[in-house]
Amino acid sequence: MAGNSEPLSPRAKLAVTAGRAAAAASRAVGRGSGSVIGGKVSLKLDPDLLGRLAAHLDVVLVSATNGKTTTTRLIAEALRAGGPVVSNALGANMPAGITSALAGGSDARFGVIEVDEKYLAGVAKDVTPKAIALLNLSRDQLDRAAETRMLAEKWREGLAGNKAMVIANCDDPLIAWAASSSPNVIWVAAGQAWKDDAWSCPSCGGVLQRPADDWFCGECGFRRPMPSWALSGDHVVDPHGSAWPIHLRLPGRANKANAATSAAVAAHFGVPPQVALERMYEVRAVAGRYDVVTFHERELRLLLAKNPAGWLETFSLIDRPPAPVVLSVNARGADGTDTSWLWDVDYTQLAGHPIFVLGDRKLDLAVRLEVAALDFRVCDNLDEAVRAAPPGRIEVIANYTAFQDLRRRVGN
Amino acid sequence: MSDNSLRLVWIYPDLLSTYGDQGNALVVERRARQRGLDVARVDVRSDQPVPTSGDIYLIGGGEDRPQRLAAERLRRDGGLNRAVSNGAIVFSVCAGYQILGHEFINDLGEKEPGLGLLDVVSTRGEAARCVGDVLADIDAPLRLPPLTGFENHQGVTHLGPTARPLARVRFGNGNGTGDGTEGAYNDTVFGTYMHGPVLARNPLIADLLLKLALDVNALPPADDRWYEALREERIAAATQPA
Ligand SMILES: [Zn+2]
Repeated sequence: MAGNSEPLSPRAKLAVTAGRAAAAASRAVGRGSGSVIGGKVSLKLDPDLLGRLAAHLDVVLVSATNGKTTTTRLIAEALRAGGPVVSNALGANMPAGITSALAGGSDARFGVIEVDEKYLAGVAKDVTPKAIALLNLSRDQLDRAAETRMLAEKWREGLAGNKAMVIANCDDPLIAWAASSSPNVIWVAAGQAWKDDAWSCPSCGGVLQRPADDWFCGECGFRRPMPSWALSGDHVVDPHGSAWPIHLRLPGRANKANAATSAAVAAHFGVPPQVALERMYEVRAVAGRYDVVTFHERELRLLLAKNPAGWLETFSLIDRPPAPVVLSVNARGADGTDTSWLWDVDYTQLAGHPIFVLGDRKLDLAVRLEVAALDFRVCDNLDEAVRAAPPGRIEVIANYTAFQDLRRRVGN
Repeated sequence: MSDNSLRLVWIYPDLLSTYGDQGNALVVERRARQRGLDVARVDVRSDQPVPTSGDIYLIGGGEDRPQRLAAERLRRDGGLNRAVSNGAIVFSVCAGYQILGHEFINDLGEKEPGLGLLDVVSTRGEAARCVGDVLADIDAPLRLPPLTGFENHQGVTHLGPTARPLARVRFGNGNGTGDGTEGAYNDTVFGTYMHGPVLARNPLIADLLLKLALDVNALPPADDRWYEALREERIAAATQPA
């Protein structure tokens, strides 16, 4: 995997072709984009294919609990200033999906790759990335995923000795712990509103002290690294202290944080912050997220929130009361089947909004909102909620499969 | 804090709040306020002393390392044991339940002493993790409707002679011993493996804690419409697993 311009072996070429054929067959029978099945066929024929495909590219890996799909898009847009980019833009982020995405970009200079948290250490070994962007880690899908701190530990082991430049959020203690085993880190003060997964020192188990934006462990001395990049309000501050305005079409503080990290990544590849940030303006919606659609002659904004940290960031970006809010929660396989996380979300932040509740687990939500002393209405479906909603743009917040259901219903 | 407010203490949210455990505190608080009670809720971080003057103590679930840290700090502090000897009520879930017993297996694979407030001993299960909806009949003397909960644990808890099982499972695993028991209680100390959080699905257990704390036999009725609807749905889900 060392060479830069080594051509693909006949076996690898065959694997790519077979993967494309399988993807086309999968599309033809209406089973989605086919990228995952294509990647699986390819990987079976040539297990080293991922590394071989990546050897021709400057690879950037992006991982996090929240924001990895959006950040992958932002980095891809920024790096296009420097050359063609191949990316798994639709979020197929496990090895098969990544293989399939890379197989489609033989002329590219950059590979910008979103990686599922559980696969990061492995993919980072396989593809010899030039840069790895790490945004945040928090609780997600509790009945399936490993403990959040264990994930940070796995990243830490996987990154030790990796030659990639790690661009990491110093405001998240778990990210700081995971990244600080790497010899090359660029720290970004990207913020992290959700704090409840990192009160305990990841190094020694002591209680972290968190005055204002700082954090440190009083027992072992592990502390927030000094950032060279920072998000400051609507600006990105670069290592020279210059502040660059962020103009995004994507809403919310979390996306500004994603833009700040993306600017730092782009700069590492020689794209100046101003150019990078201008290009990020082109990103409107990411796999349907943040899309504004018309449904029953009403405007709906579709927002995905998969876990407590994601809900917290989402509440901070919605229109003010009395903007109506629709909440939809499922607990199917991809969502995690344990709904107890609903109680980690501070729904009192929705006070003053007319609230409409739907989804497979609308009754869990109803009890949650009752205990938060909020007014709400339980609905059978989106149509009923939209018809009942008072005037104004409707903010629709849903977790993973509930979001897919809603997109299908509004024809998006 | 006024003298006649109900003192609700949530133990170590920094370590033991992995599965929406705050929900149990929120439900007790809400149901107390709906009955016109003042509530003073204290969230105690693991570097703070546990107050001994609380009426109801809640302790939640967590992963293996935080569970060991919590047990070490609670043993060193001693406040929870003093509170119980003063008659306080304790309701514990999952990792917290194991900590209240005599011992459990910690993240290093060693036997870790608990607080000895419940006559139970916990080990690590060899079988697959228990995940799913549970339906169980609550121990008859407590006179409560069936228990509905969601379990997500690998622990196995054996009851000693002085502990009563909180419930007997109809569907699900509970204590994981194969004898059908779920949870345990001794006098005013309760433990369960159920998430949900469990008091959101079983509001009458929250009311039981309030009645014990207030030393009354009955409480004014509360509007339980949404709790009832949720219970019906989850009980059906437990009896017809996917
Ligand atoms: Zn420490």
